[in-house]
Parts: sequence; structure tokens; C-alpha cells
Amino acid sequence: MDWVVFVVAGAAVLAGALGVILSTHPVHSALMLVMTLFGVAVLFVAQQAHFLAAVQIIVYAGAIVVLFLFVIMLLGVDRSENVSSEPLVGQRPVAYLAGIGVIAAIFLLARTAWVSGAASVAGAADGPGSNVEKLARSLFTRYLLAFEMTSVLLVIAVVGAVVLARHSPSGGVRGSEDAG
Amino acid sequence: MSVPGAWYLGLAAMLFSIGAVGLLIRRNVLIMFMCVELMLNAVNLTFVTYARMLNDIGGQVVVFFVLVVAAAEVVVGLAIIVSIFRRRADATADDISLLKG
Repeated sequence: MDWVVFVVAGAAVLAGALGVILSTHPVHSALMLVMTLFGVAVLFVAQQAHFLAAVQIIVYAGAIVVLFLFVIMLLGVDRSENVSSEPLVGQRPVAYLAGIGVIAAIFLLARTAWVSGAASVAGAADGPGSNVEKLARSLFTRYLLAFEMTSVLLVIAVVGAVVLARHSPSGGVRGSEDAG
Repeated sequence: MSVPGAWYLGLAAMLFSIGAVGLLIRRNVLIMFMCVELMLNAVNLTFVTYARMLNDIGGQVVVFFVLVVAAAEVVVGLAIIVSIFRRRADATADDISLLKG
């Protein structure tokens, strides 16, 4: 049963990823990205990371992909693109070679070096209690400072997005060359 | 019998490679952004797999932080893309040479 889940979800993940990079239409790529994200969420559930699976669906599929689609529609680039043109000669074969190199390096590392760290440094992942409870206990004790820092990061991101996306009609400090 | 962690790690490696290749072969900035998300997801899958293999909740905490950073990154990145699009109506990375003298 576990193998069935793994094979189906893994096939969805890989098919979605290939769909993202091979689709000529940006909207199709975004929808293929949703398929990959759902597959990864299923794999999270299969590994007892229930909370992260829920967050994966809510944040990625619910917010990030919608934001992508929103920008695609806002900018009106929902048209097909010529993916076969190659302005940089030899870019494509080199890219495929680089991809094969990356995967070969990872598998080579996996064969020679393997996990040797001490188990349960930050608390056990299994045992009594729900996944949410254990994650929260770790997050609000051991990683509390990092958790607080993420709130600062989010505030900075919001301010940055507002500053970047603001359109100054009077041609103020920035954007004086903005045509409209 | 549950699936061994090595299978998950292999799948994550393949997902990461697909994302890296996509980042190199595509010229649409939005698609390149999606490929970055693919690579982030591959790393998240690796973290969750190691959390299970080592029986350590810390791996899942890291994934939580990666999700927050990914959300912030997408917000700022898409704002930059929108402001680039305002200047020129094409979305390929080759056109973004505004900083070239």
C-alpha cells in the first residue's frame, strides 16, 4: 500500500515537474506546478508530516500558484511562447548536461556518504502525541528566535513588495521614466 | 512495509534536477520562478525524508521555515517582475539588460 502511494505520487510529481518546464503556455505550467505540489503533499503525509502537508496545500497551491496565475493574467502574457528558439547557441545541450551532472553528483554522494548524525537532536518525530503538537513544541521552544525572525522577514517582504509595485503617477522619487 | 527513505531521496534528486534544467532552458521569467519553486520543493522533500529516517522533528521545522521564505521570495520576486513588465512588454530573461551600460 505504501508503495502504491509512493509510486502514484512520485509519478505525479515528476510528470508535473516535466510539464512545468516543457509547456509552452505559462498557465499550463502553473497548473502543472499545482500537480507537483499536490504530489509532494501526498509524500509528506506518507512520511507522517501531516501539518506540513496541509501547509503545503494552503500556502503553495492556495497562495503562491494563485499569485503566479494572477500575475500571468495581470500582465497579459497568457499566450504561447516559442520554446525552441535558442538565442544563446549551445545553451540547451549544456543545460541538459548540467542537469545530468547534478543528478549524477547527488547519486554519487548518496552512495559514498550517508547519514551518520545523531538521531533526535531536536526531539523525536514519532512517539506519542500528534505531529502538530511535536512540531509546535519544537518551534516555540528550541526554534523560537528563528520563528520570531520569520515575522520580521515577512514584514520586510510586504514592505518591499509595496514599494516595488507602487505606481507613482506624478513621477516622484522613483519611476520617473515609467511610461504607464 | 514502508518505502525506504532512499527512494524518496532519489525522487527529490530527480525533482531538483528537473527544476535546475528548467531554470537553464526556459527564458520566460515566470517559468524560471516556477522552476525555483520546484527546486525548493525537492529540498523540502529531502528534509522531511531525513526527519523520518533520523526520527528528528527538526527536519520538519526547517521545512516550515523554508515555506515562509518561499512565500516571501515569491511576493518580492513577482513584484520585481511586474515592475520590469511595466517598462517593457516582453518577459524573457534576455530582455532584462537594463543594467547594461
